[in-house]
Amino acid sequence: MTVDRRAFFATAGKYLIVTAATAKVIETFLAGATPEPAAYAAADHWWAMVLDIEKCIGCGNCVRACKAENDVPLEAEYFRTWVERYHVRGEDMEHPDVDSPNGGYDGFPDKYPKGDGARTFFVPKLCNHCAHSPCVQVCPVGATFVSPDGVVLVDKSYCLGCRYCVQACPYGCRFIDPRTHTVDKCNLCYHRITKGLLPACVENCPTGSRMIGDLRNPNDPIHAFLREHKVQVLKPQMATGSKAFYNGLDGSVR
Amino acid sequence: MRKLFRDGSHLLRVAALFAAGIAAFFVLRGILVPSDFGRYGHYRAGALADNAKRAVHFGGKTACLDCHSDVADAQKGSRHANVRCEACHGPLAKHADDPGVQPAKLAPERLCLTCHRAIVGRPAKFPQIDPEEHAGGVECTSCHRPHHPEQEGKS
Ligand code: SF4
Ligand code: SF4
Repeated sequence: MTVDRRAFFATAGKYLIVTAATAKVIETFLAGATPEPAAYAAADHWWAMVLDIEKCIGCGNCVRACKAENDVPLEAEYFRTWVERYHVRGEDMEHPDVDSPNGGYDGFPDKYPKGDGARTFFVPKLCNHCAHSPCVQVCPVGATFVSPDGVVLVDKSYCLGCRYCVQACPYGCRFIDPRTHTVDKCNLCYHRITKGLLPACVENCPTGSRMIGDLRNPNDPIHAFLREHKVQVLKPQMATGSKAFYNGLDGSVR
Repeated sequence: MRKLFRDGSHLLRVAALFAAGIAAFFVLRGILVPSDFGRYGHYRAGALADNAKRAVHFGGKTACLDCHSDVADAQKGSRHANVRCEACHGPLAKHADDPGVQPAKLAPERLCLTCHRAIVGRPAKFPQIDPEEHAGGVECTSCHRPHHPEQEGKS
């Protein structure tokens, strides 16, 4: 019998593949190895944040954790997240006193007298990871974009430092890093959430005032929270598709 | 019309220049624009991986409790049960990766009073004290156990 060279290699190749696969299966069984967990699939997630003003105590843990985790310059102008204190006197909702000493990094001094009839509360802020973000629309080079999992990210290697996005963000969430002259802002600790960890601010908030949720995961407690609370986004009239949902927000907050 | 074609060599030169310009554009674009630009949208797909590869500083409570299960037990039923370790102990990913790396010392100014000093604006139902009035300057830990503050004693 003559064997055609081409047919021989084809058959031999198939046997080799089958043998290798069998060997791999046997090896896996013998080692008792569990299959590798599926790698992070961005398209399976759609991240959002919940911020519960009724629980925030203005301790500043989130601000310090964020700067430590993300190597944010320590000077007072540079924040990926910060906390504001609102002091609303009586009926004058439109002119609240707002202070945020060093973004809340060192906590808040006891500035206001007790029982002066005003309402005082803390509002943690960060990039809202807008689904229709003005910052993405204005970027001329595609250096800022919404990821498939709903996080607004910056491509540092593409950013020109032109500051269009800094101007476009209605929430003042972006700054120019003085070391790289490229833009920087909260990326929801993308290096953590893609590994199954919590963002640093959520991890370090002692009261559970900050929560992250996956809107594409029906089992995520965020769905129950959004159902059971009257949540709001900042500046809803801007229609930015903000995904930072605030519980306990009132009309005085800008 | 005829004349135009007879003296048309200048048009050909312009057309050639045009063609060369377009070719140069595509060659340059091929070199300058990374191949993964536009895979998901108007951005470089590799930027996702760049954002994901930064170093982690906070290891996360699960990593802590893998070894320190005694603390998990001590926290049970306490109001501090849901406070995550690194909120007080600071970033400890390095220690979690390699227990030989000593954890940083606790920063006293970042402990109890960071949260529990009475400040106007803190939610009324959150436990707050004026340290002078409450304890006359005696250290919190002489009465309270940080992992389970409702119980008396140390640690
Ligand atoms: S909050 Fe600002 S920086 Fe963040 S996505 Fe919206 S517009 Fe962009
Ligand atoms: S860590 Fe939590 S409670 Fe403290 S300031 Fe930040 S959001 Fe508020």
